[in-house]
Amino acid sequence: MAITYTSGEQVEVYRFSWVATVVILLGALLLQAFLPIWLPFVRIFDLPLLITIGFATARRSPLAGLLTGGLIGILQDALTHQPIGLYGISLTVVGFGASSLGIKLDVENAGARFLLTIFFYVVHEVVYFTIARGLVGLHMAWSWPHEFLSGIANALLGVLVFMLLDRVKQRT
Amino acid sequence: MESVLGRYRNLIVLVGVLFAQVLGLAVQVRRTTDNEPTRLIRIWAVGTVTPFERVLVWARTSTNNIWHNYFYLRGVRAENRSLKQQIERMNLEQVRMSQDADQARRLQALLAFKEQYISQTMAAQVIGSSGSEQSRLVYIDKGEKDGIKSDMAVITADGVVGKVLNVYRSVSQVLLINDHSSGVGAILEKSRTQGIVRGTAAGEVMLEKVMSDEIVPVGEQVLTSGGDSIFPKGLLVGRVTKVAPGSELFLNIRVSPAADLSKLEEVLVVTKIDERQVQPDKTGAARAVDILAERLPTVPSKPENAEKAATPGADTPRIVTPKSVAPETVSPTTATPKTLAPTIVGPDVKPRTAPSNASIGSGATTAHKSATPLSTNSSASTTKPAAAADATKEPNAQPVVEGAPR
Repeated sequence: MAITYTSGEQVEVYRFSWVATVVILLGALLLQAFLPIWLPFVRIFDLPLLITIGFATARRSPLAGLLTGGLIGILQDALTHQPIGLYGISLTVVGFGASSLGIKLDVENAGARFLLTIFFYVVHEVVYFTIARGLVGLHMAWSWPHEFLSGIANALLGVLVFMLLDRVKQRT
Repeated sequence: MESVLGRYRNLIVLVGVLFAQVLGLAVQVRRTTDNEPTRLIRIWAVGTVTPFERVLVWARTSTNNIWHNYFYLRGVRAENRSLKQQIERMNLEQVRMSQDADQARRLQALLAFKEQYISQTMAAQVIGSSGSEQSRLVYIDKGEKDGIKSDMAVITADGVVGKVLNVYRSVSQVLLINDHSSGVGAILEKSRTQGIVRGTAAGEVMLEKVMSDEIVPVGEQVLTSGGDSIFPKGLLVGRVTKVAPGSELFLNIRVSPAADLSKLEEVLVVTKIDERQVQPDKTGAARAVDILAERLPTVPSKPENAEKAATPGADTPRIVTPKSVAPETVSPTTATPKTLAPTIVGPDVKPRTAPSNASIGSGATTAHKSATPLSTNSSASTTKPAAAADATKEPNAQPVVEGAPR
């Protein structure tokens, strides 16, 4: 479970084809919106977040990371009835942070990915909570046990999602 | 300068993107009642995702249908039998309720009440959700082209689900009652205490604005009050599951929604609510006693001397079995009494007992008991079970009728 510090020259940068990017992005949004009507517990997972982290850490480009995160977040916002930008802002931050961290750390092993996902899940929730409550004035409930369990669940699923993303990423 | 820009390019872009989004948020929050600026983005997102959802729902429904309709038929006969029995029971219950409803209508007519009723609904399939714990809504497969409009009530057979929030061409967003931004005017069934049903951030449903000096028992039903002009009055919202003293002057009342909001498949959108002046029902609907009486053994023909004694003259009341009582042939005064078989018909008489001999049996007595709560016109029907019991003790007991020669 080592998160090794590597130099910029040592890390490998990957890319995803446009087709894969669009299909994965839409697939994540579709499953996120569709599965909870049959399996309500699936609501605790945040597939768009996992995809954002996965893309960002593989590409290792902060610019691509923040733009991809922002786009995914805005699409996720559009499916809710909340103002557009809540998920957009938090996923922009996550995309930028994950890709920046991806440059400095080796995030190729499962343990590192597990910890990274928990960390960014918390970042995502904190940013979302802050914006929603502070800027928009929404009523939000913060529960540490719930956030902790959701973080673990998302991290476990994240490890699997990143393994799937590994199959479609291409070395540049 | 260029080197600084190049060095901090990522950060500058990040700040720019964040700033743009915060600005966008600020504009949306300012225009709380108008979501037009973001409508296009929502239309694109919804238009992109929902066709796939429709396909998935269709595939799932088809698979389910094939499995349940062709392969998995185990226990269908037993279920059918049990359902038939249930229908029998419910038919009786329905008649009893229709009597109560008739009475209510008469009273409402007297008070010149205007009632609301659901005159048109549209069935819709749930095809998706927001996918967010912070936004509890579902998408249904009916939209603008089907006549759906914002603020229409959405219900299931179990209870209230929510209201239509945004309408697109062929899909609509339904805001569930457990979302923290929803609100439903509600009333407690027995105490008639009014409040507002709201969702919480955690997805629970609470009844708010009920004063702390009110007594709210756990298990009491919460109904719509009709005060919000969205939900018609009297729809079931849920049941009270927990009552605790809250902050300030109000109670914290937790409500368990009647409809299972986490597993919605098909819903009904209330597309038309009518309001009309209440008219008492004059058609003479089937009565519970008639239906019960049909299930009783028929009265055997009486001995000649008994018949003679029962019909001494024109003014003497006739005894007829309920089967022979057709609604159109019975005068209003005799149609309303809720006596059980045999019904005593006569001018200005008040029937006291029913059975003329023991052959009517205990079934009549039992049925009489069950029919008693249905009485709506006590002046016309004053049956006395005690007297009936006395009458059955005498083998040739004559009907005891007030005002009739004994």
